[in-house]
Amino acid sequence: MQGDKSKFAEQFINLIPHCQALGMKLTDIGDGVAEMELPYSEQIVGDPETGVLHGGAVSALMDTCCGAAAMSHPSSPSGTATIDLRIDYMRAATPGQAIRTRAECYHITRSVAFVRATAVDDDADQPVATATGAFTVERR
Amino acid sequence: MPRSRPDPVQVVKQRRDTALSALVHGVPYIQFLGIEFDRRGDELTAVLPYDDKLIGNPMLPAIHGGVTAGFLETTAVIGLAWASLWDDIEAGRFDVEELTRGHLPRLPKTIDFTVDYLRSGLPRDAYARARVTRSGRRYASVQVEAWQDQRDQPFAQAMGHFVMPTPDE
Repeated sequence: MQGDKSKFAEQFINLIPHCQALGMKLTDIGDGVAEMELPYSEQIVGDPETGVLHGGAVSALMDTCCGAAAMSHPSSPSGTATIDLRIDYMRAATPGQAIRTRAECYHITRSVAFVRATAVDDDADQPVATATGAFTVERR
Repeated sequence: MPRSRPDPVQVVKQRRDTALSALVHGVPYIQFLGIEFDRRGDELTAVLPYDDKLIGNPMLPAIHGGVTAGFLETTAVIGLAWASLWDDIEAGRFDVEELTRGHLPRLPKTIDFTVDYLRSGLPRDAYARARVTRSGRRYASVQVEAWQDQRDQPFAQAMGHFVMPTPDE
């Protein structure tokens, strides 16, 4: 972790009520890259027969992580909001395992931050999901 | 051949509501968000009652984008499952007993889901409706729209693709 902006982003994310409700944790942030973790929990299961987590919980993780990446970019003043986010689901996450995601803000203009992210469980070679999104760049 | 008498209205309503309730209440994540479904005939409206734990930006405050995405995806999946089960429910071929014992029918699987955030979600109840735009044997496309105070001012819209469950699964 580095810089005031990353510290601000970290504090901000740790205060988000929905992220607290899901037990989400920011594990790394800086220079347009963020990493977060979502622990497995039975209350956010989407398929009771298999115990696989619901896509909505993965969306919340991806959205937060992409927003954090956008906020931590050196050219971003601070706040951000999601314009759009697309998630592709490659496979079901293995029940019982945490989901980890890494988001990267790979391009930023004066008004838009372009971000992509990948989510994995313990088998880091086979992505669970990927995301691409556009985020606002708030003017100071 | 004489037409058989239609079932009494209470029987029809109970059959539909039991099926819908089992479908919705069997999924822990739907309970976690607190989503309920209003039914008028076969038309469903998803309702997300406001709760503090849904907040994503405490400074505005605004509903978390992930909550909006999860709400829209739930509306799409339940809407799609409901549409594909409707004929069986109506014909009484649907085993409601199995369903209430926790044996849910296989739900459609999300391939991809794209959310447009049109306005920030305010700290109040939200509603959503899904429209199945293509329903094939293997794949389906669904559009969803969510609004809060004004129906003609949606705060989010989404589009998703799904794999339909195979009958032998």
